[in-house]
Amino acid sequence: MTRIDLGGLVTRPAQVWGGVRLVPLVRDEPVPGLRLHREVYEGWGADSVALGDRTAYTSYIPHGFVADWTGTGAEAAAYGTRLGGEGEPTAVPVRRLHRMAKRRGREDRLRFLPLHLALEGYLALHFGGPSVVWDDWSREALRRGLSPRAEAAYAGWAVPGLAEALRVFELHPGQCGLLLYVADALASAFVVPHADDYRLLHPTLVEDLYGELVHQYAYYGAPVPEFTARIRDGAGGIRGLADLRAAALEQERAWAVAHDGLMARDLRETSYSFERAYRMGPFSLYRFLPPFERGGREQHIGEVITDRKGRAAYLKTFRLSENQIRKGYLLNRLADCDWHLGRTAEALGTSYAEVVRRVRGAGLGGLLDAHAVARRLREDQES
Amino acid sequence: MPPVCRAAPTTTAARNPLAVLPRPGVSVPGPAAGLRCDFRNLPLQQRLRCSRPHSPAGVHAHEGEGAVSELVAAEDVLLFVNAAVTATGQREFRSSAAEQRFSLAFLHEYVRVNYRPVYAAALALDINDHNAALIAEHLLRTPKEAEPGEGRLIAARLALLPPQRVYRLFGALRAAGVNNRRTRAIVRAWLAARPDPALDAVKYRTGLKAALRHVHARPADPETGDFLFAPGRRVRYENATLDAHRRAHYEQGALYELPFTVAEGFAAKHGIPRAVFLERIAPRMTRLERLRTDRAADLSVMPLTRLALYVLALPFAERVERRAELTAALRAAARRAAGPYAGSWGRVAAVLDDSFSSSGSAVKRRRPLAVALGCHFLLEALASPGAYTPLWTSGRDDPLLVHPYGPTPLGLRILDALDTGPERLVIVSDGWDNAPPGLAGEVLRVWRSRLDPERATSVVHLNPVYDTEGFDVRRLAPSVPTAGIRDAEDLAALVEIAQFAEGRTGFAELRAYLDRRVEQFLKEAAP
Repeated sequence: MTRIDLGGLVTRPAQVWGGVRLVPLVRDEPVPGLRLHREVYEGWGADSVALGDRTAYTSYIPHGFVADWTGTGAEAAAYGTRLGGEGEPTAVPVRRLHRMAKRRGREDRLRFLPLHLALEGYLALHFGGPSVVWDDWSREALRRGLSPRAEAAYAGWAVPGLAEALRVFELHPGQCGLLLYVADALASAFVVPHADDYRLLHPTLVEDLYGELVHQYAYYGAPVPEFTARIRDGAGGIRGLADLRAAALEQERAWAVAHDGLMARDLRETSYSFERAYRMGPFSLYRFLPPFERGGREQHIGEVITDRKGRAAYLKTFRLSENQIRKGYLLNRLADCDWHLGRTAEALGTSYAEVVRRVRGAGLGGLLDAHAVARRLREDQES
Repeated sequence: MPPVCRAAPTTTAARNPLAVLPRPGVSVPGPAAGLRCDFRNLPLQQRLRCSRPHSPAGVHAHEGEGAVSELVAAEDVLLFVNAAVTATGQREFRSSAAEQRFSLAFLHEYVRVNYRPVYAAALALDINDHNAALIAEHLLRTPKEAEPGEGRLIAARLALLPPQRVYRLFGALRAAGVNNRRTRAIVRAWLAARPDPALDAVKYRTGLKAALRHVHARPADPETGDFLFAPGRRVRYENATLDAHRRAHYEQGALYELPFTVAEGFAAKHGIPRAVFLERIAPRMTRLERLRTDRAADLSVMPLTRLALYVLALPFAERVERRAELTAALRAAARRAAGPYAGSWGRVAAVLDDSFSSSGSAVKRRRPLAVALGCHFLLEALASPGAYTPLWTSGRDDPLLVHPYGPTPLGLRILDALDTGPERLVIVSDGWDNAPPGLAGEVLRVWRSRLDPERATSVVHLNPVYDTEGFDVRRLAPSVPTAGIRDAEDLAALVEIAQFAEGRTGFAELRAYLDRRVEQFLKEAAP
């Protein structure tokens, strides 16, 4: 499995509000046997842990999803979201949320935090740490924490105009997903198995995490144009109401084709590396990482629940910024060369000093052994 | 195309960016699509002076280009009428209250400066109370530009407004320091015409006091005067209402002789249980108060839109249970509203918007949907028996169970409506067409230009929502006349106004129409 398969989802006309374009995805039939519920944490899930030395680790978890799968499919027809008959949602202190995907109560229920799984995946990309200096690395990690793990993300309500756009958006019947564009850059994709789930989870989009790129685009981007329908009525083209109706339907189809082929192409066609995080009955929960290719392609990290045929029943993506892509690319290269800077420089076809500069530029300077690097640079200069 | 005055080309343009803008008093060419001048991009002073056939500055600039300026004027006036019918300064689905008020304030100033007589004449049309009060305020604030006959129009309209709005208007005039002779005369005349000064004194005490002080008027009688300005002076009042108010301070029985809103405060003070209070005060309630407190309202006398709002506020189960009763009440109200036109419209098809956006806002809950529902029943009454086809955008077909949900595929619905071959097609929608966007306009355009150039079918778009950015209600297509609508009852009158919007009639006809309305309005107002 290398691609995201959006089979079974039909693109409907987009709705535009300011710089935000929302493209609804509609399913004819809900995915049988899987439902998502929303789980709300008390006090907005904010909690902090004292680390002892007068620092506190505070984290904010807006909501979690609970996946619920049954073999029978009977539950798929149930109306509304239920929290599995457990009554009121209970408070879960953050310090116990060390596992992002976690079995809850009954056998067929899994709690996972949207995007955290994938973000974890991205951040932890190689952060078992460099194997060659494992001792140093682990000592450092214990003492100072995992410094490269700080990534900026914005809650949806901090992205200008997004909350308003989501409020005035008109849901389609049977809608199971949404592609969210900010300044016509794909910001996030969100797909759920059932239309009723979507109706209830639509407001959670405003509490989700979005990358810095999305935030900046929303700030500086201008309103995007609406793709308005155009019917060509050249001489003799349209002779009756039937012709007119055909032309109108053609407009709808043309939009779907244009959108899927142009605007969502990178999401559909990029090959991702998938890693299965959990298997639940016929469904599998994957997280995926992009190839970290450079050269303008949009890159998403995210997570997906697929059914037996590999089609996405649940999908959520997080758009990486150029900086983040560069960082991922660099880490990949470093790992390929077993964290040897000299060999990495050779592999990249550049100089040792340049690699050091790039590592520092990517905010990973903390990884370098300052003494060794300084010595090597001095030697290079002298020779 | 006749020449349109442009700013004289200057060489200073490069140095001074403002120099490229037209001079005041000069008409600027309109945007490509329409003839209306695009005043949104000009500095305020120039906005107020462009395209004005009535201003001293505009008269000279407009010689020799009558046709264009007339069309511009007609468009501006219709734009203002649409806004004055729909906008209430309250939050809508897509714009906030502040945006609404800001947009409306600009529009009022623009029309008042450029088309003063028309601005005053709007008081005679079926515009909403909010705008009527605003127009009266703006006219009274600018006495120097007054035209003859304005005072009578204002007085006649104030007599129709609900008293609380008039008192609020007087308060606004006082806050703005407007105290010219005409204002004083109008306020005095209005106060003198109040049927029961004692009731006003009790119910609108602050407003009445402020108004009397502001215009230096005498209270209607000495007792009311003492009640307002020297409440401790009398031990008892001869007037029953005033005396009831005095006694209600310590006697529970007396508060049931007072108006509902005043009695409510006393009831709270005496700690009377709400149920008991509502039971006993019921005969003193107005119709709306009864409706609001959910006392058994008399459905047979309610106006159509109010009734539609009432129906939409009921839960589905109750709507199903009372289906026969509610449908009968709606049909009866629609027949009353249709009046002599009932059954005279021939084959009618309607496209009615029940998409999610018809839910309105927290302050105008389900208003657009209620208007659509009212129009549904009214059109049913207007059409020949059995010749009416309603099409809701959601595809549902039970008008009593409509609820706002889903997108707005107007284009395809309009096609369905045209399939039935109607003589009239009425579209009730907020003008946002999003599945796919713009298809409704395209369908209407192609159909008008290719399939029905003889105009065998008349199409009208009625829009219950004011669009702050366009200073007008949103249009579907330039070829389709659009009119703002607030109450479904006004449908027939609005369709009449909408014909001016098609651009086939000029400003002269529009002025004649307005003059006719003003004359009729003043005749009705005169005792």
